[in-house]
This record gives sequence, structure tokens and C-alpha cells, in this order.
Amino acid sequence: MTYQVGQRVRIAARDHEGHHRTPAYVKGKSGRIERRHGAFKNPETRAYGGDGLPQQELYLVGFDASDLWPGASGDRVEVDIYEHWLEAE
Amino acid sequence: MSDHDHDHDHPHEPIAGDGLPAAARAQALEELLVEKGVVSRTEVREEIDWLVSRSPADGARLVARAWVDPEFKRRLLDDAREAALELGLDPGPSPVVMAVENTETVHHMVVCTLCSCYPRAMLGPPPDWYKSLPYRSRAVSDPRRVLREFGVELDEDVELRVLDSTANVRYLVVPRRPEGTEGLGEEQLAALVTRDSMIGVSRPAVPA
Repeated sequence: MTYQVGQRVRIAARDHEGHHRTPAYVKGKSGRIERRHGAFKNPETRAYGGDGLPQQELYLVGFDASDLWPGASGDRVEVDIYEHWLEAE
Repeated sequence: MSDHDHDHDHPHEPIAGDGLPAAARAQALEELLVEKGVVSRTEVREEIDWLVSRSPADGARLVARAWVDPEFKRRLLDDAREAALELGLDPGPSPVVMAVENTETVHHMVVCTLCSCYPRAMLGPPPDWYKSLPYRSRAVSDPRRVLREFGVELDEDVELRVLDSTANVRYLVVPRRPEGTEGLGEEQLAALVTRDSMIGVSRPAVPA
């Protein structure tokens, strides 16, 4: 599934043993696709000697700081997230 | 050329420290990688040579050109790799370099909460504070206070966007051109563009 700019998404809340690039503070949180960066080899398999294929789409996902931190103001936090961590809302 | 096909900068800060000093761990890793034929010692040396040859001067050239040439700025914001090549600069190994513009209404700052991803080709090696756990955690959880500690007081109505570069993309901030610099040439302008202003934690220097 490919996501479009502006679409609402949720970051998977799953645990993941070993190397991955999805920071804990956005897991389970809702955000919005801000930009599509293109497809890249998957670092989670490359880290263990794999070829990183199939490639994963990489997105810039924007969050309201107040959705991430209790009491935060209206600032934005934007994080690069690979597609296999995204779920449609 | 050495293996630049690695999208993730090192070293990590020890997150759950095991007491090994980082240098000893790095040396052990290098020994293993050489022994297994993953890299050669020459490649390691070439990579270090490349890294220490980089400096914020390249980023400053891009910013200064963008300040004087709106068409170039448009190209820079569209594709910073191509814009760097256009000025004869080395955009480095990262497949995507993204320039983001600070304006009257939007302020960007950059962090890598997972490690130390940084546009090294354009800015040189990252400063120690950029790799420190306090910056990496507070830049996303309390960014306005972090900016204040760097001497930047943002107006309430300025939208702050913190970019967490967790993957293949490297972010370069194009800071706002200081007032009172209308008469300056590109080279003089470039001298005002500090490293920290391109990370988004400070503003460019004010002309003397």
C-alpha cells in the first residue's frame, strides 16, 4: 500500500527486537504524510547481512507535539518512517 | 572509492552501556570487518580522510547562493544534491539531501534521535552536543527550551518543525538572511552562515 501526502497514518505499536529506525516515541501515534522520499533498501534486514530487498517506501511523517508529549505546545515533529511501519487510519 | 553505500552514520552513543570504551569497541569492530573482508584498511582510511575534509563552508556556500539567487534557492529546496553538484560541491553518499527553509513563520531544526545522522558532506563532522543523549531526547520533547539555551527565542506564532532524521535523508536548514546584509556579496554572506544555523539551533552571524 502506498500512502499519499496529506493522508493520516498510525505508526505500528509493535515491538521489534534488534535494529530498526522507528523511534519508540512515535510508536502507536497518529501523524500525517508530509512527503514521499522514494524507495530504499530496508535497513532492518541489511543490518544483519541481508540484501534489504524488497525496498521500502520512505515517508516524512508529521506529528503534533501535543500528540507525542503530555502538555506540549503546538509544535511539529517530523520523522522519516519506512512504509512497513505505517498503518492507514 | 570506499564503500559509501551506508545510509546510517556512526558511532552510536552507548545506549545501554556495557562499560567498553567506544574506541576499544570501534577498534574491535574494525579488526573483525577487515578480517572478514568487508572493508579494507585503505577504505577505512579513505573514509576518514573524506570525512575530515568536509566542513560547514560547503553548506554556507549553498545558503549564500540561495540568499542572492531566488532561482537557485528554488532548485536547492527542490533537490539539494543537484544544487550542490551545480556549485561543484560533493553532496556525499546520502541518496537524498533535503534543504528546508526557515522563514518569518516557520522554523526548522534537525536532530537524529536514534544516533547521529547529519549532512556530513555539507557540514563536516557533527559537533559533540549533536550526538549527546540530552540533545537527542530534548530536541523532540522540549525543542523551544533547547533553542532558548542556544540563544534563539522564537515568537509564539512561529511554527516550529523538528526534523528527526532517522533514515536515508539528510536535512540542511537554510536559515533566514539577516537584516542589514543587502549590500554584501555572496562570499561575505557565506561567512555569516554558521554551522549551527544550518542545523537550525541558531541564527546566522550578524555582520560586524
